[in-house]
Amino acid sequence: MLGYILKRLLLAIPTLFAVLSIVFVLARVLPGDPAQTILGDQASQEALAAMRHRLGVDKPIGAQYVDFLWNAVRGDWGNSLVTGNPVVDEVRKVLPYTIDLTVTAIVLGALIGIPLGVWSALRRNTWVDYVARIGSLLGLSFPAFVSAILLLLVFAIQLRWFPVISAGRLDDPVERLRSLALPAVNLGIIMAAYVTRVTRSSMLEVLGEDYIRTARAKGVPTRAVTWRHAFRNGLIPVVTVVGLYLGILIGNSVLTEIVFNRPGLGKLIVSALNQRDYTVLQGMMVVYAFAIVLVNLLTDLTYGFIDPRVKRQ
Amino acid sequence: MSGDTATVPIAPRGSSYALQQLTRAFSANATSWIGLVIFLLVVALALLAPLISPYDPLDQDILARLQGPSAAHWFGTDSYGRDILSRLLWGARLSLVISTVSILAAVVIGGAIGILAGYVGGRFDMVVMQAMDVLLSFPSLIMGLMVVAMLGASMGNLMIAIALTAIAPFARIARAPTILVKERDYIEACRALGYSDLRIMTIHILPNIVAEILVMASLWLATAIRIEASLSFIGLGVRPPTATWGGMIREGFENILDSVSLSIFPSLAILLVVFSLNMLGDGLRDAIDPKMRGGE
Repeated sequence: MLGYILKRLLLAIPTLFAVLSIVFVLARVLPGDPAQTILGDQASQEALAAMRHRLGVDKPIGAQYVDFLWNAVRGDWGNSLVTGNPVVDEVRKVLPYTIDLTVTAIVLGALIGIPLGVWSALRRNTWVDYVARIGSLLGLSFPAFVSAILLLLVFAIQLRWFPVISAGRLDDPVERLRSLALPAVNLGIIMAAYVTRVTRSSMLEVLGEDYIRTARAKGVPTRAVTWRHAFRNGLIPVVTVVGLYLGILIGNSVLTEIVFNRPGLGKLIVSALNQRDYTVLQGMMVVYAFAIVLVNLLTDLTYGFIDPRVKRQ
Repeated sequence: MSGDTATVPIAPRGSSYALQQLTRAFSANATSWIGLVIFLLVVALALLAPLISPYDPLDQDILARLQGPSAAHWFGTDSYGRDILSRLLWGARLSLVISTVSILAAVVIGGAIGILAGYVGGRFDMVVMQAMDVLLSFPSLIMGLMVVAMLGASMGNLMIAIALTAIAPFARIARAPTILVKERDYIEACRALGYSDLRIMTIHILPNIVAEILVMASLWLATAIRIEASLSFIGLGVRPPTATWGGMIREGFENILDSVSLSIFPSLAILLVVFSLNMLGDGLRDAIDPKMRGGE
């Protein structure tokens, strides 16, 4: 297992390199002058040159690339053009909120989605199956901001069960949970929709395998066939796909944070967009690049943990 | 040897194979029919927008701000007194054009990359698909956000952003069947006849994977509409006053305490289109994918 972990860790390095390169291409190589974007059309030539120097975009592109990679890796992402604070600090301030939100959403998604998917597969082509399928299809058709607005409208504005602005203080556990509830449910339900579908199709595939028939023929009780034989094998693709959907979750958390006015990476990126805070935007991209690589790594590791065959390769 | 007339079957069951596959899939699955009908209805409404929309989508009426549904304004008015129904119809055009063009581009580029990688194989295949995997690991919304943030919000840039996020999945889906098909005898026969690689790829391999690509395209069309709306909602869509569904929802959200209809109707519109496309694609996939067919 240790060898497997080490190998995965080593493999993550070139991936990180590739993802950061894409970010660099997006930020620097695409047409457009960042200095012009920040200062507007009226800026003087001197001001533009000074801004280019400050951003480091007056150097040759090769040197910029090396600088970019080196700074990204050692956590020096420059200072915000608006507040002057290091981008790392701005990120660190809001990161706990986003982590709270996404982790809760994954847990909710798995708690709802996996049992529902298994149930739907076991009762294939009954009303349970139809309801679960239509429901999950509907769930993943919801843009995250649409469902968020509906939840806000019903539970915060009409019923007043939850605060309209989910800022929440991290040191007060009750407040923290109350402000987390609606955003997390919003993301959790969408996640559950994805998980239900994967679990269902994966279980159906496993239940059709020969070894399941063999187990049944031997007279193994249905419960044991379902959980010990089918479920463990059916879970393997679910883990990979949940890893893939983490990406969707990261994207949806941006929308959710905006609607619920909740601090987090999403709110940070949107305010940076509105204020044309170029360095924060670039720093956010680096954050997302790291997040993507980390998620892929975790998925691979979990995969190896569940499926013994993977480790031995 | 009669040269070109020595016939090699274009695909295992004729060139209409993809069509047959799709027709069979449709007849097996009622949900895909429902999805298709709803979607075509929306397309028709969008096409007819200039004829049927009751008002100009940009016409302001300060005296009729934030009204609820009425006989004059079926879906009410927004904060400038513009007719929501008219803006919805015009917004549908924009949404459909952006998503269709970007997914079409992704299908062509991604499909070409996938077929080429699968057909050539070897190191080329490995490098290209590795690059696709990195691209694939970017969440589509985050990718779209980055591209539009850097390039600026415009219709063209939105299309580029959405197409970029969709290329990798199409490359993947085109590659897998290519690898299977290229080992078949009839491809061997094509080579023996001296057909060029380009001809083999376009005439003899492409028809085999059209059905799968079309199914995938309908699902990605739904995703594209969702991404476009999300970016407009964030404020990175086509600039106001142009009517976009996402932009309308943003406006409705800002005025949510005064008027609910402003955010509800565009929300329902997006939901309807995305859901219908998902029903269409999902039903077809169920019917086409042999794995899903077993065990009945």
